[in-house]
Parts: sequence; C-alpha cells; structure tokens
Amino acid sequence: MTKPMKIAIASGKGGTGKTFISTNLYNLLQKKGLNVALVDCDAEEPNARLFLTEGILKSSREVNQKVPVIDESKCTYCGKCAEYCNYNAIFFLKEPKIVNVLEEICHGCGACSVACSYGAITEKDDLLGHVSNFEFSNKSALIESRTRVGVYSSVNVLKAAIKEASGFDLVLFDAPPGIGCPFIQTVAQADYVVLVTEPTPYGLSDLKQSIETLKGMDKPYGVIVNRAGLGNDVVYDYLKKENIPLLMSIPFDKNIAVSYSKGELLTDQDSKWKEKFSELFNKVKEEYGNSNN
Amino acid sequence: MKIAITSEGNSLDSKMDSRFGRCAYFAIYDTNTKTTDFFENPAKDSPEGAGPKAVEFIASKGVKKVVAGEFGGKAKALLEKLNIEMQQEKDKTISEIIKQL
Ligand code: SF4
Ligand code: SF4
Repeated sequence: MTKPMKIAIASGKGGTGKTFISTNLYNLLQKKGLNVALVDCDAEEPNARLFLTEGILKSSREVNQKVPVIDESKCTYCGKCAEYCNYNAIFFLKEPKIVNVLEEICHGCGACSVACSYGAITEKDDLLGHVSNFEFSNKSALIESRTRVGVYSSVNVLKAAIKEASGFDLVLFDAPPGIGCPFIQTVAQADYVVLVTEPTPYGLSDLKQSIETLKGMDKPYGVIVNRAGLGNDVVYDYLKKENIPLLMSIPFDKNIAVSYSKGELLTDQDSKWKEKFSELFNKVKEEYGNSNN
Repeated sequence: MKIAITSEGNSLDSKMDSRFGRCAYFAIYDTNTKTTDFFENPAKDSPEGAGPKAVEFIASKGVKKVVAGEFGGKAKALLEKLNIEMQQEKDKTISEIIKQL
C-alpha cells in the first residue's frame, strides 16, 4: 500500500454491530500480517478492547487541556476575558461582581489569558481522558480513546487517539455513535466510511441521517446490513434506488449473537467468516479505489 | 422587581418561547413601573453555552425572576447561585403571563 488508507466504521445510534465489524476486521487483517491500527473513537464508551484481548498495553497517556484560573485578588472586573471567549465559557457580571470559568464548556483556546491585561489569569491542566495503545504481535495496534467521566466533549481525546495511529499503513476507526461532533470529527479523517445498519424501518431512518451528514462532507461510503432477515426490504430498496454499495450482509444468527456476547471473535472461530471479512476488505478497497479515481 | 419572560416575538401578544437559553427575545417586566421592555436575546445563536450567556444577560439587567418553558442544567445552576427565581409556564402569551404574576 502506498499511502495509508483510513476506513471509518460507523452506525447511527449505536447497537447495530459496528464494534462487531471493526473488531473482526481488525483481527483478521492483523493476523494476516498487515500493519494495521484500530482506533476506538467511541471515547465515551470504548469497548473494542473487550474483544481484542491479545494485545499488550504498551502505553497510556493523558490528554489534557489548559483551562484558565482567575485570581480574583488581581481581577478588576473589566470583563474583557468574557468578551474574548467565543464559547461563553466565562460567566461575567459587573454587578454583583462575578467572574467564573465554566470548565465544562471551556475549549482551552487561551484567548482569555491574552485578553487580560491585569495578570489575573493563569492556566492549569484539566484532564480530559486517556489514550491507550495495545500492541499486537506484528506491531499492529488497538488504540483506545477514553474520556474522563463528566467531560463535556470527547472530541479532543478521540483526535489525540487518531493522531497516535498516523504511522500505520491501514487505519480503522470505530466511530462514535450518533451524528454529532465526535462522529463528524472521526469520519472527517477517514477516506472511506462503512455504515452498519439493520434491515428495519428504524435502521433505515438512522441510516438516512448518517448518509445526509456524509453527503455534506463529500465522503464515499458503503453499507453493511447486520441481522439480515430480521426486518423487511426497506433498507435494500433504498440502497438500490440510491445506488449505494451493499458491502456485506450478516444474517441474523443466534450463534453469532451468543459468541459476540461472550466477547469472542467470529473470525477466530469460523473459516467461512474469515473468508467473508476478507471479501469485505477487498470490496472496501475496490470501492475506495473507485472513489479516488 | 424585574421579571424576565422568554418570548418568541417583541410584542405583548407574542407567545412565550419554550426555550430559555436560545429564546428569541426576553420580555422584561418591571412590577414597579408596570412597563415591559423587549430585548433580543444575545445568546440565541450561540452554538454552545447559550444558557449561561442568557443568564448573564438577564442578570445584568437586574432581573430577579425568570419565566420560561424549560431550563437547561447549566442555566439552572447559575440562576440558583444568583438567587434568581425560576418559573415554568407553557403556551401562554406574554400579556397572559404578566396578568397572572
Ligand atoms: S480558554 Fe478559551 S474557551 Fe476557555 S474560557 Fe478562556 S477564552 Fe473561553
Ligand atoms: S480580563 Fe482579567 S481583570 Fe478583566 S475581568 Fe477578566 S480576569 Fe478580571
């Protein structure tokens, strides 16, 4: 592979099996000897590690942000810091005199410290979360982002995790659920997006939302239907009509569900599934190639 | 005492706005002078922190009580801290609310 290829695996609201896909795909490619990283970008609830237990923790580091601390003995209550803050993260009142940093919405941009001409603002480190790197035998890695409980936005932590994966030939992102900032920040870094959905009306409406977002970002994508056979044809009809590639379809199978709930990897147990995930990867590569021509 | 009411428009016939932080206008009623002034909410287009910003605005106007459809967590905490009373209402016009104050 010449330039690194980045694939995001995403699903609207979650619970449709994106981690099932991402962990099995990673497992297969890693065991084939590819230099691959899986980044668990679901920083609020990372769970890929539960399935990928073979990796050894190589490093874990803190992700911090600078937040302002205001020394009220030096403060003249001029209000300039609040004026400079683009995120409404400084609560300021002249009467009664109040100046208060709202740490949960502070973005750590530093504008307020520049604004203050009275030396009343210093900065302290605020822990946002951790990035952990689990190494596998052939130097492939699972890189996990995990935000500290109560942190307002997971974006900085997942970005730090994605950055850590920059040296690999192939990078897979297990994208955060939803279509908010964390999702957008993740897929923005990907070359191709794999959307996982269920063949139900609910799955379809979720899928449409994700697709709308991706269209706005001009990202190529394809769809995996999980638990096929469960619902009806609405998703398939939609894919056909919109000319969206169906990358794989996974039948609804109690054995798959049971082995997943035990934290087992299908690609370790069944050669048929190894084959299927290989095909999936080839298909993604092909689609990716087409979209980059 | 000054009372702020979230409003969809800038007249007494306007309906109250169900949102606090991102309401279009604040109607500020003064119980002493019995007059109402309308102000555009400076926080209404804030992508983040609209609640705190709106609290800042009404507090700077000397408001002691605020009427809205609902209050977000951050706004609530700040209003409590500033001892500004909160009242929840639904679907009424500004003049209807003023009448019952
Ligand atoms: S660091 Fe930036 S976001 Fe945080 S309070 Fe200061 S100006 Fe606002
Ligand atoms: S800019 Fe400095 S002096 Fe002015 S209100 Fe902010 S902290 Fe106080």
